[in-house]
Amino acid sequence: MKKIDAIIRPHKIDEVKELLMEAGVRGMTFSEVKGMGRQKGHTEVYRGSEYKIDFLPKIKVEIVVPDERVESVVATIIKAAKTGNVGDGKIFISAVEEVIRVRTEEVGEDAL
Amino acid sequence: MLSKNRTPNRVVLAVLAVLCGFDVASADDGASVNSGDTAWILISSALVMLMTPGLALFYGGMVRKKNVLGTIMQSFIALGIVTVQWVLFGYSLAFGPDIGGFIGSLAWFGLNGVGTAPNADYAATIPHQAFMIFQMMFAVITPALITGAFAERFKFKTYLVFVLLWSTFVYCPIAHWVWAVGGWIRGMGALDFAGGLVVHLSSGVAALAAALVVKKRRGYGNEIMAPHNLTMTLLGAALLWFGWFGFNGGSAVASGALATTAFVTTHIATAAAVFGWIGMEWLRSGKPTVLGAASGAVAGLVTITPASGFVSPMAALFIGLSGGALCYYAVNMKPKFGYDDSLDAVGIHGVGGIWGALATGIFASAAVNAAGGDGALAGNVGLLQTQAISIVAALGYSFVVTYVLLKLLDKTMGVRLSDEQEYEGLDLSQHGESGYAL
Repeated sequence: MKKIDAIIRPHKIDEVKELLMEAGVRGMTFSEVKGMGRQKGHTEVYRGSEYKIDFLPKIKVEIVVPDERVESVVATIIKAAKTGNVGDGKIFISAVEEVIRVRTEEVGEDAL
Repeated sequence: MLSKNRTPNRVVLAVLAVLCGFDVASADDGASVNSGDTAWILISSALVMLMTPGLALFYGGMVRKKNVLGTIMQSFIALGIVTVQWVLFGYSLAFGPDIGGFIGSLAWFGLNGVGTAPNADYAATIPHQAFMIFQMMFAVITPALITGAFAERFKFKTYLVFVLLWSTFVYCPIAHWVWAVGGWIRGMGALDFAGGLVVHLSSGVAALAAALVVKKRRGYGNEIMAPHNLTMTLLGAALLWFGWFGFNGGSAVASGALATTAFVTTHIATAAAVFGWIGMEWLRSGKPTVLGAASGAVAGLVTITPASGFVSPMAALFIGLSGGALCYYAVNMKPKFGYDDSLDAVGIHGVGGIWGALATGIFASAAVNAAGGDGALAGNVGLLQTQAISIVAALGYSFVVTYVLLKLLDKTMGVRLSDEQEYEGLDLSQHGESGYAL
């Protein structure tokens, strides 16, 4: 099993969720995060005091899938989240040792 | 134990008996009290009361969220402290029988003699107590205005003592000079319709002294200290605007033509100042901001305050427009001076207060208000000089006394939070609460 962490533009979350559901993903977790990368921040001015805002709001989606589905899920996220401009985000993939469903105590891919 | 307790109880009872037995001359002569005038002044008093919570929101939105309650509390608690100070001795010091043009005597201690019969010296057609409570609301909001200068770092316990001392040693004397029968600035013929000098200039200059004594916030200039909730700030500004109709309109201390003049000029100047501020902002930085619109409104209200009962609607338009633009510049120049007047009490109330007092000397018109007379524009340059003298006097006095008071408080109680408390925020460190549980 692999965990996919996708950092995306906040307004893309609904599109990403819809397409993933259509592709058969049954669950995910998302959180509002802030980050910085090649998309530079912006400047806010309050009564003449300028503040450089480097960390921009993003959404992080976490999905755990069987190994063989990684490629298609990643492709789906890219399809939904891409605008082609700097700031579209990043996807990180890592190995998951174990998954346990709390209610039934099922383990492994059965618990996904 | 019993005998130990008995003595203070007797003293307390005796004091209570004396205080409550004070003569509060009632209005036997019903004919002299005008019901329309009284209704307007009581409503105006309530309007001005609402300005203090309005100011609390105006300032509260501009701080970081860990300081929102502490900032709101600094304004709100002034309603408590100053009300008690005012009825015990503040009103008497400000408006009581004159001593040398400088201060009132304590003859009206505990509102002794301040009853429902009118006091013809101040307002012949309303009960004396209506005048007293109207003036009280001004005394309440003035020290709260100063808190913008030392937002996010002042010790609450010291703040309570500061408000009491500042009201007594700065507000009451200046109110006496400008408004009381026998006050030396009033005697000189200077004009201050609703408190440009007494409220705004005095607090704006006190704010400068406070910013210098209390010093900068930790991390000022490096950390992001952006406002946490500008919706709150805009609502606060709107409540100030609403309450200001009582502040200026009520300062006619009667209902009728003069109250209407003040009401109308207030609204015109405020609207114009919104454009004065955001217009400059738009030209200089490309975007008109909501904080700019809120700040412009307050700048306009401050600027028109001393002039509101003496100028024509078109003069009000100019005073507001210029006041908004001028305060915009003043606030933008702050970083060059290096002091941390966190919420710009100096740039708005100080600078707006000075310009308003001068503008009164320029634009006052006898055709609008015969009691005020003509200003420089109508050929009476003398009034402008008188206004300038009154500005220098109020400015110098407020600055020096505020500076000394805060230095003394710093030596004895300490004015600043510890570094750790400042990092934690006013809400948790001073009040044990959080503003938001979202």
